[in-house]
Amino acid sequence: MSAVSSHLPVLQVILPLLGAVLTAFMRRGQLAWSVTLIVSWMLPVMAANMLLQVLTSDPILSYRLGGWAPPYGIEYRVDKLGAFVIFIVSLMGAVTLPFARKSVAHEVAEHNQAWYYTMYLLCQAGLLGIAVTGDAFNAFVFLEVSSLATYVLISMGPHRRALLAAYQYLIMGTIGATLYVIGIGGLYLVTGSLNFADISMRLGDASDDQMRAILMSMAFIVTGVSLKLALFPLHVWLPNAYAYAPSFATAFLAGTATKVAICLLLRILFSVFGAAIAFKTLPVQHLFLVLSVAAMFVASFAAVFEQNLKRMLAYSSVAQIGYITLGIALANQAGMTGSLAHIFNHAVMKTALFLALGAIAYRVGVMRLRDLSGIGRKMPLTMAAFVVAGLGLMGVPGTAGFISKWYLAVGAIDAGMTPLVFLIVASSLIAVVYIGRVIEVAYFREPSVACSDAKDPPLSMLLPLLLLAAATIYLGFDTRLTAGIASDVAEALLGGLKQ
Amino acid sequence: MKFDVILRVGTKLILPFVLLFALYVQMHGDYGPGGGFQAGVIAAGMIILYAIIFGVRRAKEIAPQRVVEIMIPLGVLIYAGTGVVSMFLGSNFLDYSHFAHDQLHAHEWGIFIVELGVLVTVAGTMTAMFYAFSERGR
Repeated sequence: MSAVSSHLPVLQVILPLLGAVLTAFMRRGQLAWSVTLIVSWMLPVMAANMLLQVLTSDPILSYRLGGWAPPYGIEYRVDKLGAFVIFIVSLMGAVTLPFARKSVAHEVAEHNQAWYYTMYLLCQAGLLGIAVTGDAFNAFVFLEVSSLATYVLISMGPHRRALLAAYQYLIMGTIGATLYVIGIGGLYLVTGSLNFADISMRLGDASDDQMRAILMSMAFIVTGVSLKLALFPLHVWLPNAYAYAPSFATAFLAGTATKVAICLLLRILFSVFGAAIAFKTLPVQHLFLVLSVAAMFVASFAAVFEQNLKRMLAYSSVAQIGYITLGIALANQAGMTGSLAHIFNHAVMKTALFLALGAIAYRVGVMRLRDLSGIGRKMPLTMAAFVVAGLGLMGVPGTAGFISKWYLAVGAIDAGMTPLVFLIVASSLIAVVYIGRVIEVAYFREPSVACSDAKDPPLSMLLPLLLLAAATIYLGFDTRLTAGIASDVAEALLGGLKQ
Repeated sequence: MKFDVILRVGTKLILPFVLLFALYVQMHGDYGPGGGFQAGVIAAGMIILYAIIFGVRRAKEIAPQRVVEIMIPLGVLIYAGTGVVSMFLGSNFLDYSHFAHDQLHAHEWGIFIVELGVLVTVAGTMTAMFYAFSERGR
């Protein structure tokens, strides 16, 4: 066992990569799915193992790729933040994958199904790679691996507009990645290093005339990563990408892709630059505060007026990302805890919601709200799960969403910004409107023609959905896994800030 | 191009040398300029030149679509497989130290195999891209 455990960080990337290669040889979707399932179920076990190690015994797992010592070689470095995000991403993949078999067979053209799983595994490898790596350029490579795979995943959507959405995302994503590389180039110019830990050490004794290059690098990197995580004015790629991607891809990406970008942002802001540069010399904090609040309101309003359910939830995702960045902007223990816990909670809730829509797409095939009247009576379990996860999204006490919003509110008060509490509550009320709208149509109207003979999806699709809905409730009471770990991670991040 | 004797004969004369040059670039990657990527592009260039002069249909008799599509993941498998083998030999991923009796030889072997993987993937990808473009609108 110890022979394996020393390789755990790199296995997180190699296993999905090898799985992707194996599925690329295959022609049959079912076979590829089986391989993908094996890989996906191995990942969270190893991730949990790493998380446990990081939290209890040694806080940083370092792995030398190719045996070359950092900072010269590439180092894989799993800290508390990384282990937490890796756990979320691999867990979401493992939980949703049983759903994929029937959903993908239904939505993706037959000759593309094996490729679809290849792309899914590549995406998984890239996302886990970003969280696991301690090398700035390696992070860029993984960013590209996951993004390129994501473009393909989106373009395989059942509607022709999926191609356009994928192209739109490709342009935006490439701009984001380019900005990130320019920033890394600037940092390399100043410090001569690509290793995150090494850069942060060398930035400590940077002279004043190097400051301009450092600030420029930070501006480029933060903007580039913000594009990837869909921070408010840079979110325009997200609604279409989520709306037209195949159901499974949407559910997986909504829970993971933006979260990993947030992990990268946190690492760069807190571990590399440190608060001294990030929050004092540049108005990053105020910028994030304003943009987060704008995201919470503008995107929520957009969701209220959206007719396509998938697009509605996509806009809601932008709003929820606003909560996460809000906590980052507060940069205190409670705010950070809320923000990190919301990464987990939002992943659970939003994945559940998108899975419910995937089940509707499987049985009914339409996404327009007015065609779905009475769906609640025809697909009771699916819609029940939708409602539970929706309640979580509003932040009703007793659900996961309440926990993260509670911590955010406490963080706002701690930071002396009490009005923010009202804004958090007010924006949650908008969530009540857009989720309530769906509930009204789904339960209080006569079933429409489109869903007259709909029924709950097969068990393999229903089970992941119900599991996540149950988790929404469970995480509302037992917060050890979310807020407990999140507060540990926040402490580690903010501890790096005080130095 | 059916009647263009000069082009057809010229191409046939050049082709073996293109392949030879690709192999030269591949083998000498660790001493001079070159390596798997460049060699892969040159090797794919050979197929593409043949396809331009003699037609895609005949090019596919030399490098069938299915083979080309298998080459793409195969190269990655060679690369990643090397890393996994090095893990089974008791060192880190892609650490070649245990491939031979001494460090220098071990690294030469490791890089050689890895570059071979790059050659296979790049040649396959380039050819597949050319096939995909040449078939548009059919």
